[in-house]
Amino acid sequence: MAGENLTKLKIDNVYKEYQGRNGKTIALNGVSLDIKENEFICVVGPSGCGKSTLLNIIAGLLEPTSGTVTLDGKVIEGTGVERGVVFQQYALFPWRTVLKNVMFPLEMKKVPKAEAEAIARKYIKSVGLEGFEKSYPKELSGGMKQRVAIARAYAADPEVLLLDEPFGALDAQTRVQLQSELLETWEKEKKTCFFITHDVDEAVILAQRVIIMSARPGRIKKIVDIDIPYPRTQATKTDPRFLELKSEIWNQVYQEFLEVRK
Amino acid sequence: MNKTTKKKRVISDKLWLLISLCAALLLWYFLSLGKTTGRSFPFLDKVIPAIQTMIDRGAFWKDIKSSLLCVAAGFGLGFITSLPVAFLMAWYTPIQKIIMPWINFIRNIPALGYAPLMVIIFGVGQKPAIILIWICTFMTMSITIYQGIVNIDATLIKAARVLGANDLAIFFKVICPATVPYIITAVRLGLSAGLTTLLAAESTGAQAGIGMRIRSLANSFDSPPMLMYIILLGIIGLILVKIVDIIERKLTAWQEKI
Repeated sequence: MAGENLTKLKIDNVYKEYQGRNGKTIALNGVSLDIKENEFICVVGPSGCGKSTLLNIIAGLLEPTSGTVTLDGKVIEGTGVERGVVFQQYALFPWRTVLKNVMFPLEMKKVPKAEAEAIARKYIKSVGLEGFEKSYPKELSGGMKQRVAIARAYAADPEVLLLDEPFGALDAQTRVQLQSELLETWEKEKKTCFFITHDVDEAVILAQRVIIMSARPGRIKKIVDIDIPYPRTQATKTDPRFLELKSEIWNQVYQEFLEVRK
Repeated sequence: MNKTTKKKRVISDKLWLLISLCAALLLWYFLSLGKTTGRSFPFLDKVIPAIQTMIDRGAFWKDIKSSLLCVAAGFGLGFITSLPVAFLMAWYTPIQKIIMPWINFIRNIPALGYAPLMVIIFGVGQKPAIILIWICTFMTMSITIYQGIVNIDATLIKAARVLGANDLAIFFKVICPATVPYIITAVRLGLSAGLTTLLAAESTGAQAGIGMRIRSLANSFDSPPMLMYIILLGIIGLILVKIVDIIERKLTAWQEKI
């Protein structure tokens, strides 16, 4: 009965300002958005549009100046395991092996060790890193590190997955590969995904809805429905509808980019 | 293929060490021949028998024991006290603001300068020596560990938090392991500070000790045993560095070497 149209995450008139040395900066100026259960949302916008701020507020790592974020009707306060985060800088614990990294959230939940290990191994396998359980992060490539971070986020079993430009630091080939893998994982094990990127291609291939944000102060400029059916593959990128949506979004983002430069 | 080149390099590293040792011995030998330099640098044939002389005098082992005890006790106290102080400074800015300027101020005064103050307070003997080494190692280590804690990648703490870690877990499972490399660096610097302070520390009227002995032998121009003691100080330093290296390899194998 997990209704597809149920609002999972409600962002209600979120306003955020920072008190800087040169007065205050408005990072988010009244952002409202309803995200449905198991929906895949991508947020694009020029740098400095407050998209990361918004993600941090949903994660509970930042507090909004005003406005609320509600999850299943409850106003969120602080961080919570039901909201997992994947960071651009991987944020793996360098002193822990791959297995121990993925086991971290389970340790925090006091899951018995044997069970925790079994769960961790399952997710490590699902991101294709079987055989690397005993490796330390320093022995892995960027793409592998991010796979571990995704496995770790999944192991915490969140309801909402917040991804902050997770593939931003990867080379083009690895990025495309990880996009496909993320889509496969999402289709197998549905989660509500809130994915930030500055790559329009990435947004269109992944998302059901793309949120375009305007330059500072951050506001939602436009929401574009991506009506391309799943499963999507790299071949989808030659689909006329894909190209149409991509250029539409790109134009909007480009306008904002010009705004920033002014 | 890779393995053989690696092996080759290990051998040549050792060879280099041997070459370096031979060069130093050669230089030493030439210094020992000089009329004036020879008085300060008697060669091995005089220095090695000096060990036996000092053993016969009943000083050798007593000096080593006394010095090692001073360094170990002073360093141990410095280590135990610098850890909580460093964490407190990193946690509470007011504590850092009050303590840090004074650590920086005192750190730049040579220990020899305030050694007499310790003697006035604590009298002569090992006590003032240990306290002097304590002060010096404490200052070096608390600053180093503090720097390590404040430099911890904030994303790791955020990641732990969103993965369900509470404050206690963040301290023990993130901050502590992340600080280990800095603690080892602090130990390295602290031991070296302890050894360099030894001479000043044993100027406080010690009954025995390597530093005290070097002084007293210098007063009687007895250079072969004096040179032997100076070299001994260097060897102890080397051994301590090697021990720290081994501990470091064990504890921070995970660390990315830049």
